Amino acid sequence: MAAERRQKWISLILVNGTLFVMVLLWTIPTTGLFISSWRSRLDIQTSGWWTIFPHREWTTVDKLDPKELGLDSTAVMQVEGVEGTFEQLRAGVETPSGTRIKWVGNRRIGWIEVQEEEWTVNWDFTTENYKQVLMGKEFEYQRPDGTVEIIPGDNFWGSILNSIAVAVPATVIPILIAAFAAYGFAWMNFSGRRLLFIMVVALLVVPLQIALVPLLSDYKKLNLNGTFLAVWLAHTGFGLPLAVYLLYNYIRTLPREILESAFIDGASHFTVFVRLILPLSLPALASFAIFQFLWVWNDYLVALIFLGGNPETEVLTMRLANMVGSRGNDWHLLTAGAFVTMILPLFVFFSLQRYFVRGLLAGSVKG
Amino acid sequence: MAVNQSTDEQDVGVGSRLVTFVLRLIIVVAIPAIAFAVLYAGFLFLRDSNAPKWFITLVAIVWGVGGVAALYWIFNWLVELLPDTWKGRLQPFVFVGPAIAILAWYLAIPVVRTFYISLYSRDGPQFGEFVGLANYVTIFTDRLMREAISNNIFLWILFGVPLTVGFGLVIATLADRSKFERVAKVLIFLPMAISFVGAGVIWRFIYVVRPLDAPQIGLLNAIVVALGGTPRAWPAYTAISPWNSLFLVVIVAWLQTGFAMVLFSAALKGIPDEILEASRVDGANEFQVFFRIMIPSIRGTIITVTTTIVIFTLKIFDVVWVMTGGQFGTDVIATQFYRQSFIARNAGYGSAIAVILLIAVIPVMIYNLRQFREQEAF
Repeated sequence: MAAERRQKWISLILVNGTLFVMVLLWTIPTTGLFISSWRSRLDIQTSGWWTIFPHREWTTVDKLDPKELGLDSTAVMQVEGVEGTFEQLRAGVETPSGTRIKWVGNRRIGWIEVQEEEWTVNWDFTTENYKQVLMGKEFEYQRPDGTVEIIPGDNFWGSILNSIAVAVPATVIPILIAAFAAYGFAWMNFSGRRLLFIMVVALLVVPLQIALVPLLSDYKKLNLNGTFLAVWLAHTGFGLPLAVYLLYNYIRTLPREILESAFIDGASHFTVFVRLILPLSLPALASFAIFQFLWVWNDYLVALIFLGGNPETEVLTMRLANMVGSRGNDWHLLTAGAFVTMILPLFVFFSLQRYFVRGLLAGSVKG
Repeated sequence: MAVNQSTDEQDVGVGSRLVTFVLRLIIVVAIPAIAFAVLYAGFLFLRDSNAPKWFITLVAIVWGVGGVAALYWIFNWLVELLPDTWKGRLQPFVFVGPAIAILAWYLAIPVVRTFYISLYSRDGPQFGEFVGLANYVTIFTDRLMREAISNNIFLWILFGVPLTVGFGLVIATLADRSKFERVAKVLIFLPMAISFVGAGVIWRFIYVVRPLDAPQIGLLNAIVVALGGTPRAWPAYTAISPWNSLFLVVIVAWLQTGFAMVLFSAALKGIPDEILEASRVDGANEFQVFFRIMIPSIRGTIITVTTTIVIFTLKIFDVVWVMTGGQFGTDVIATQFYRQSFIARNAGYGSAIAVILLIAVIPVMIYNLRQFREQEAF
């Protein structure tokens, strides 16, 4: 009995322990980004984000002037009971009592620090990064030495608006079109019905790369390049196969009797669709809406091709990717910028997670 | 519609019927005409306007959504004016027609068009010359393209897919037995909401490399240094090429494991408890239960998840583009496609690469169609 109980405990710890490690591995990358986005530029450049957690760090307790001590930096020096060359002292020499002697600066105007290892946290958070990323205006940055540097801001706010302008219609339009089509396939009889639906199923996995070159030339002829309309239509086209397929599968399962009684009462297909089917399909519509919204919001390729080159219509993913290219080492801005692009999807994800999962389960055939 | 009128009203009837007919005709023509004019004006406004962004955004949403709804309403209204036989014949096409038209324009016809373009030299059919299958020959002989294909197949698919599917399966199984199932699943699933560009930034920050004497601010290099190693710019570390691509593969595994986990989790919950209990009573240990009972029971889901991720990995673009731009020997098929089609402006060659991508997914397409026929939904 006791052995069995122990066995149970061991397996419980094993299961939860492994799971905990996995979850930790999966959350650390995002956590690091999030924490860094609130740290100052200098902090990010000089210490890892994990230093916000308690850790031991060398802190200076005493400063000594080598000249006063009469030290010759070209020879072996004796300080506080330890000895070392200039190079050794620069790397830091530990004394038997646990302190560390470190030469800071160069030979001529350097000084010597006596350091002790102490527990500390780097808790110096700031909102400056977000301000700088969101606002389009210039920003003043005070360097540690007192000089002021003027940095142009990044216009993420405009890109947020662009992303909304792209994502909302690019979500609603395909849903509407697909819902009509799904109803048609599910409840109407017409010649070519089977063949057309087979086309929808076949198109589910077609890579969108196949369409980009011809579409770009069509758009050039229609003078549509760089407009929101171009991107909505593209996302509508690329999202439609999955939308029709998902909604068809759902609408098909609605009870036939409801429709039939409505038809007997003299309702037309259009009325039935608008009054009955749309409200009844709300769960399926919501599932697809979340799917498509996240897909469009996070899309980079389609926006790059059809909106590329025009800073006025740049969406968030393009803005962020450009920032990676132009200021790839300004981590205080990149982290804040990346987090700005994630706020809305994360909000949608957390508030509508149930529908999202349902959509995933129903639509895992998409390519 | 007034059909049977009494005989003494016939004379008046003809006149008034003529008037109603003309009026109707005018309305039938006028309403769609006005609607189209309004929509076209909206289109021109959206295309050429310099109004404030929030205003354009608002107009865009109203125009896009309202316009589509209005079009359906008008076409349906027109069709419902027709006699019943014609109405029955045409109404389905009001419902499915727009979807079919868009699918044809955006996906079906481009397949043929792209194939056609791929038979021409760099300037396409209009200005270039017909080269037959020469572009396809180049794909399999060009060193860079061969490198991209081999990266895509041997590193991305052969490593990335098992990694994603394996982690997804393990986490789903573990979560199923844990009290913290919900929290664990949400946290693993969370990266699904993040864009590839965003994920690119997250992981660039993990791979950041600083000079030897500076403190490492990238997590990976900090660990490497703490263990006594040399910090490297891992994805750009060409000395280990082509294995440096694996640092990018990990990113996609991190993003997609949540997807695999959710599907596996749902499938595992579908296995009847009696079967699992029975096998345990018969003395099977947990590993045997996992490999002999669970995995065979969710075989279908494993196939679906695997094919989905294979297709997805085959088209991988954003991550590579943001992380390395395809440099340092990390090119994949889709980055080559993008570079050839839109940067080098080699339409013929770029199209040929797209066709190769399509050919690669055809087996999945056939599988899907077969599944569909088996369900016999029609």
